[in-house]
Amino acid sequence: MNDSPEPAILLRGLSKQFGKFAALRRVTAEFSAGRLYCILGGNGAGKTTLLRTLAGLSRPTRGTVSLLGETDFRAARPKIGYMAHPSLLYDELSGMENLRYFACLYGIADEARCSDAIRAVALDPTLTRAVGQYSQGMRQRLSLARAFLNRPEMLLLDEPFSNVDLTSAQAMVRLLCDSRDAGKTIVVTTHQAALLDGSADEFVWMDAGAIVNRTKDWKLNAGSASELI
Amino acid sequence: MRVCRATLTKDLRLEWRSRDVINAMLFFALLVVVIFSFSFDPTAEESRHIAGGLIWVAFLFAAVVALNQTWARELRNDVLDAYRISPAPANALFLAKAIGNFLFVSILELLMAPLFVVFYNLRVLGSASSLALLAALGTWALVVNGTFFAAISLRTRSREIMLPLLLFPISIPAIIAMVNGTTAILTGEDSARFWLVLLGAYDVVFTTGSMLLFETVLHAE
Repeated sequence: MNDSPEPAILLRGLSKQFGKFAALRRVTAEFSAGRLYCILGGNGAGKTTLLRTLAGLSRPTRGTVSLLGETDFRAARPKIGYMAHPSLLYDELSGMENLRYFACLYGIADEARCSDAIRAVALDPTLTRAVGQYSQGMRQRLSLARAFLNRPEMLLLDEPFSNVDLTSAQAMVRLLCDSRDAGKTIVVTTHQAALLDGSADEFVWMDAGAIVNRTKDWKLNAGSASELI
Repeated sequence: MRVCRATLTKDLRLEWRSRDVINAMLFFALLVVVIFSFSFDPTAEESRHIAGGLIWVAFLFAAVVALNQTWARELRNDVLDAYRISPAPANALFLAKAIGNFLFVSILELLMAPLFVVFYNLRVLGSASSLALLAALGTWALVVNGTFFAAISLRTRSREIMLPLLLFPISIPAIIAMVNGTTAILTGEDSARFWLVLLGAYDVVFTTGSMLLFETVLHAE
């Protein structure tokens, strides 16, 4: 685990407004490098908006974001791996064709990197079937492989375990723990907190666009845990 | 250039597998040709005077189908977000999309040209090479603006309506040049030089403008 004093993520008064609706309300927080954070909260709590803002996909209405010491998203982009709720994959292409294309966007010419990323999520890189014909779980795993492709320093994962069977989800958690142990900073949003029990370094609780609690054990915030499994 | 080539290859592969764009464009253009041929019964001489307008109207409407599809593909599964968070330059994406659309519309033109000749009894009296150059410049004018405005209308609720609303007014100078240039070449009565120069200038201005502004469009919410 990395005990670097400089936070990997630094949020200062971060707000995001969609018309009259405040998706994030003056969020101020620090997240250390080399740790696995699990963001929890009910639907509409602001988890996805927070992750999209961290990824630079959504511009803050107010406040500042610093990622890996960079306040300019353009400089931080090559260091980030992002997995969204949608797959961010082309349904008509095979897994390998998808990853080959995304590798090119990061200037990666080594094809072995693509097949390694696919194998890391327990998929077969020789599979010629189009991604549109994959099961939802396979698609999620390939989406995770895409996020890992550029060997990012920071991984932002939005509900990576949804629609994934328990065995595959546990394998994904092991992969995340290995990456965390290798020094990567990982932020995961999920409704399946139990999967990260004993693996996540910290559970961050959100409600109505604000961070309301941070705990080492997800069971400690029992009042908000009703919709988690 | 590497990203541009990879994006273009990926788009051509997607089109080869789905044939969404080519089929929709062909069907639409075919309808226009057939309906117009039933609506008018021109002599060969009259045809040469009106064909410029008919041809470009057919291609313009058919191109809109392709232009809408080109970005719709990137919205499925939010794939465009994967591009937005990558360090790849925005211009490479724009250029690849514009070249892809240029190829699709050019294929349509090549397939539809013999039909126009048959249905409207056309024969080129001017220079065929000038006609080819005019078609290339005109097609680029359509697709470069179309690709840009399709990207702008991407996040609007009625993007299929929004694209023609944005594209057609700004394309008027190019359409005038295409129609008049084509008519001049088909009839052999005038030189098309002025219209070719106008189209060339239009292409340079709008290609440069689109490429300068595309990064802002891509990263807009």
